[in-house]
Amino acid sequence: MSLLTLENVTLRFGGLVAVNNVSFHVGEGEVFALVGPNGAGKSTIFNLISRFYTPAKGDILFNGETILNKRPDQVPSLGIARTFQNIELFEQSTVLQNLLVGRQRHAKNGLLSQLIFSPSVRDEERRHRAVVEEVIDFLELQAYRDKYIAGLPYGVRKVVELARALATEPKVLLLDEPASGLSVEETQDMIFWIEDIKKQMGITVLMVEHDMNLVSAVSDRVLALADGKELAIGTPSEVQSHPDVIKAYLGGTGGAKE
Amino acid sequence: MRFVFKRSYDDDIRLFKHRPQMFWYLALLVLVVALPWLLDDFFLGEATNVLIWAIAGMGLMVLTGHTGQVSLGHAAFMALGCYSNVILLQNGVPFIIAFPLAGLITGVVGVIVALPVLRLHGIYLAIATLAISVLSEDIIVIAAPWTGGVSGLSAPAFDIFGVSINRYGTPDLFYFLTLGVTLVVLGAYRNLMRAPLGRAFVAIRDSEISAQAMGVNITKTKAISFGISCAIVGMAGSLLGLFAGAFNHETFNIVLSIQLFLMIVIGGLGSIHGAFFGALIIGFLPQVIAMTRDGLSNIFSLGSVTIPGIESGVFAVILICFVLFEPLGVYGRWVKIRTYFELFPFYRKGMFKRQKSFLKTERMK
Repeated sequence: MSLLTLENVTLRFGGLVAVNNVSFHVGEGEVFALVGPNGAGKSTIFNLISRFYTPAKGDILFNGETILNKRPDQVPSLGIARTFQNIELFEQSTVLQNLLVGRQRHAKNGLLSQLIFSPSVRDEERRHRAVVEEVIDFLELQAYRDKYIAGLPYGVRKVVELARALATEPKVLLLDEPASGLSVEETQDMIFWIEDIKKQMGITVLMVEHDMNLVSAVSDRVLALADGKELAIGTPSEVQSHPDVIKAYLGGTGGAKE
Repeated sequence: MRFVFKRSYDDDIRLFKHRPQMFWYLALLVLVVALPWLLDDFFLGEATNVLIWAIAGMGLMVLTGHTGQVSLGHAAFMALGCYSNVILLQNGVPFIIAFPLAGLITGVVGVIVALPVLRLHGIYLAIATLAISVLSEDIIVIAAPWTGGVSGLSAPAFDIFGVSINRYGTPDLFYFLTLGVTLVVLGAYRNLMRAPLGRAFVAIRDSEISAQAMGVNITKTKAISFGISCAIVGMAGSLLGLFAGAFNHETFNIVLSIQLFLMIVIGGLGSIHGAFFGALIIGFLPQVIAMTRDGLSNIFSLGSVTIPGIESGVFAVILICFVLFEPLGVYGRWVKIRTYFELFPFYRKGMFKRQKSFLKTERMK
């Protein structure tokens, strides 16, 4: 069962074709990785799915329905959450407040009841907090709960961003380079977490990643891109040994350097 | 050093973090309620003035301090609130209805103005709102049949449930009215900041792109923020009109807008305390300067030598010093001092240095 489908998606920035006729589908419960050299269009695909960009051609389907009629702020309500390549946290807020923003799509109370902080707002706050606490426990962020983001090291910020995406209770998680800038140990933790997200929570993961160690450890299928075009799709080992992929990464004639 | 042990989620939801904090705020409340018995009429008037400034400051703080949208045009909304309140009063609407209605009108107009204006960012938004301030003066003159044009309006006598309130006749009642409005606005503001909408405001301030990715409707939320901000400022304007007694197009000029903006910057952006500290400085500093001057000339028997512009000069220098040496405002300085004593002797000088922020996602539009 395919949860997220891209059909012949094309996006141009002026003369540059950033994404060229890309099609793929992500099945439910799958970990799907996008790999490719810089400028291949991986993050652009994420921004297309988050609706920051609108494709010139093609369609993006979620659960069989097009999402092209949604605004970016309506995408999380579908159950699609994302992280950013360059961490985009709310720096002047604590970790807890950041995660609570992730509950925004579940906020139901109107302006007036929020102004008087009615009992229903209070109840809702407690429920949001309970969900957030589960995420904090899962990612072992207890020690940082009341710390301001501005004072946290890079590795922790990465985890907080993952936590904030999980707090939205998504069906699909888009991870933009979850391991970039992380140490070897932190990357190892990230591998375990992504596996747990898949197995325990049943969340489908679509990720962009350069660290082939992480990609081959967790992904079921990999799509390799270069210059906005699909190169190869398959299991991590298939894609890694594909001659076009090696050529795109190392240059030269296909497969000669392997 | 104090450790707060939290036992339930409510410990993070409630308004006061711990009992000593609650005690100090209650003590402050008792003090401000007792002020009419402690001060003479002149200083009570000054205290009322400070509270009106604080309400206006909270209004602008919602928008600029917490949602991150600069406005240099809020005097226009003070004017709108003031004129609608007085016009409603003149037409026989009782104050208890006219006053909130004036706030509501200002809020609704604020939302309508916000929808086109808040598409702009940063300096462009500042210019657009500045234009609103410039425009409002002319609009007040043009709308002379309602606003009295250049000659202005004078605030009519008003009463709440038969108790007549007058700035000069019953300054203590006027003070209590202002204090009541301050507390209501303060309560609503605090509630908002611990509710999802307040978090959405802060999210927009810190990163629009990721607020959007978390499901915050940017346009709608900004417009709500502008509306709330204008409604509060409108109420402050109403009170200011009643306090001043008479006003015309020049009362709510561009200088007032800029003063309002300065106030929250000096007080400390992004905190409700900042609005109050700013109001204290803007409200009291000119008086303090004047009194120091008189006191000095008495001591040195300089007679009544006056240097023109000395007050605004000293005022300006103090403001410049704040912007240069304490960009976090009075509240920022207060937090530093408090932390110093809380952590004594472990305070480090670099504790409040802003950490380098990591690369931001490039603009997508």
